[in-house]
Order: sequence, then structure tokens, then C-alpha cells
Amino acid sequence: MLEYLYELSLFPLVLTIGTFMLGVWVQKKVKSPLCNPILVSVILVVSFMAITDFSVDVYQTGTKGLSWLLTPATVCLALPLYEQLKTLKKNLPAILIGVLAGTITSLAVLLGLCYLFRMDRQMTVSLLPKSITTAMGSVLSRENGGIEALTTTVIIVTGIVGALVGSILCKVFRIKHPIAQGVAFGTASHVVGTSRANELDPLTGAVSSLSLACAGIMTAVLFPVACLFLPK
Amino acid sequence: MKYLKQLLIILAFSLAGEALQALIPLPIPAAIYGIVLLLIALCTGVLKAQAISDTAHFLIGIMPLLFVAPAVNILKNWGVIAPNLVPICVVMVVSTFVVFLVSGIVTQLLVKKEGDRNA
Repeated sequence: MLEYLYELSLFPLVLTIGTFMLGVWVQKKVKSPLCNPILVSVILVVSFMAITDFSVDVYQTGTKGLSWLLTPATVCLALPLYEQLKTLKKNLPAILIGVLAGTITSLAVLLGLCYLFRMDRQMTVSLLPKSITTAMGSVLSRENGGIEALTTTVIIVTGIVGALVGSILCKVFRIKHPIAQGVAFGTASHVVGTSRANELDPLTGAVSSLSLACAGIMTAVLFPVACLFLPK
Repeated sequence: MKYLKQLLIILAFSLAGEALQALIPLPIPAAIYGIVLLLIALCTGVLKAQAISDTAHFLIGIMPLLFVAPAVNILKNWGVIAPNLVPICVVMVVSTFVVFLVSGIVTQLLVKKEGDRNA
């Protein structure tokens, strides 16, 4: 059976888009942000692969086309930025200070938690860049002696967590302003959070795009400082 | 052909981003350079927004789908994660919550202050 499935080169792609669309359908029915299509799709695909012992490599090869679209899709975020440029310019100080506050908090809280759990140096470095996009985070982790594969996984999951609970957190803690919501999504959960922010409001999406870029750059700059506090 | 043309323009900017990334020795991803280049082109009027808008909105719309495959890679990295599963999960969830709230609340306070001054 498995051998037969391996011969179908389009199977991983159809499985991915199919489960994702199922997630979109479920979300429409249930109307809860917790039924996030990414989460539904990942759970279904991972369970399928775990049960059938389907090869991860075959899956990754089959979905290459999708990962190939990631950079172009991210580049397209320039369009909402351009459309909201006036509002962004007017609120630039507030956005930048918000992102900086979030970035410093991220590094400090991570260091604190890693101390609390007595994680070693390598583990801590791998977790430290978890709020920024994979392309930047994995480089920071690798250059400072972290485990790149772990960093990539943690970053993706962080993004999903942010996208999942972001709108609930906004409601509970009364973060109502679209600009504040955008900064929160972009700073805490990078591109994945931004894709969720884009669904909420065009301004939220644009602010989130700007914030994810700024958070990435600020993290890269502050990373050496955070590394001074690493456990031995 | 309209969509293909728009896709080609977007790909050209992405390619230029990759080219810059390869030239500049900073840990900045190609996509960030691409965003900056595309934004400059739009602001200076070299490129009209309509020239890419249909395809750009489609790509932005399907972005969540593009993260499914990277997330499935968890299976491959399970060996590194499993021994520390609980601490990693706690660290991830707690820090994401705190960062989300701090950045959101700080920004909201500042935006509101600005609004009050203007009012």
C-alpha cells in the first residue's frame, strides 16, 4: 500500500491542501479561532504519517512546490504595507517602541524560563530566537551553537500558537486597536501570526508585516547581548 | 496571462532579494530584502500596485497553507524534542503569551496617548 502511495507524486500536495481546506470548512462551522486550518491540517497529516509510517522525506519532496512559494508570498506583504503607508508613518514611534518592548521581553522571558527548567546552553540558544521568522532565527541559532532543526520547529510552533490564541488574548486583555493587535501578532508570532492578522483587518496585517521585519532585525542586534547571560 | 505576468514581477523581486542576501553577509532573509525592494518600487511609482495586486493578494491569502509542510518536519526533529517535550512546550506557550501581551499593550497605550494629544 505504502509503496503504491509513494508512486503518486501529487499525493502529499493533495493531502496537504485537502486537509487544510477541511480545516477551513471546520473553522467556518465551529467559528472558533482554535480550529485553525494550519493546526487541523498539521494534526491530520502528522497522524496519518505516524499511523502509516509514511516517509517524511517523500512528503517534503512532494510539497516542495508550496515551500517554494514562501519567499514570493512574504515579499507580497510589501503591498499591504504600501497601501497603509500613511497610517504606518504616523504611528511609527508607537509601533517601533511596541516591537522593541516585545523583543526585549521575549529574550528576557526565554532566558528566565530556560534557567528555571535548568536547560543547558545549547538548548537555550536554540529556543532564544523563537519569535522571529525561520530564515533569521535558524541562522542566529546555528551561529551561536544552537540546534538549527530544533529552532526551526520551535519557531513554526510559536507562530501557530500565536495565530491560534492571538485573537482570544486580544479580547481578554482588551487589545482593541488594530495597530496594537498588528504589533502583537508580528512581534510574537512572525509570518504565521501575520497571516492570521491579515484575516482580521488590512491595517492589522500591514502593521504585523512591519513588526515582524523590525522584530527580526532587533532580535539579531540584541542577540549577542542576550548570549552574555547564557548558562554555562 | 495576466496572472503569469504578475507572478513573474513578484518572482523578480524575490530573486533580487535572494541576490542581495547572497551578497550581504547579514542574517537577514531574502524575503525581507524583497519586501523593501518592492516597497521602494511601489512608493517611487516605478511599479503600479495594480500590476501585482491580484496575484499578491492570492499569495498572501494562501500563506497559512505554506506553513503546513515545515510544521510536519516536527516528525523528523522528534528525537531532539522528545526528551525535553514538557519544558519546551511550557517555554514556548508562556513566552508567546507574554510577548504578545507586552508588545500589544505597550503599543495600545502609546497609540491612545497620541490620539488623545491630537483630539
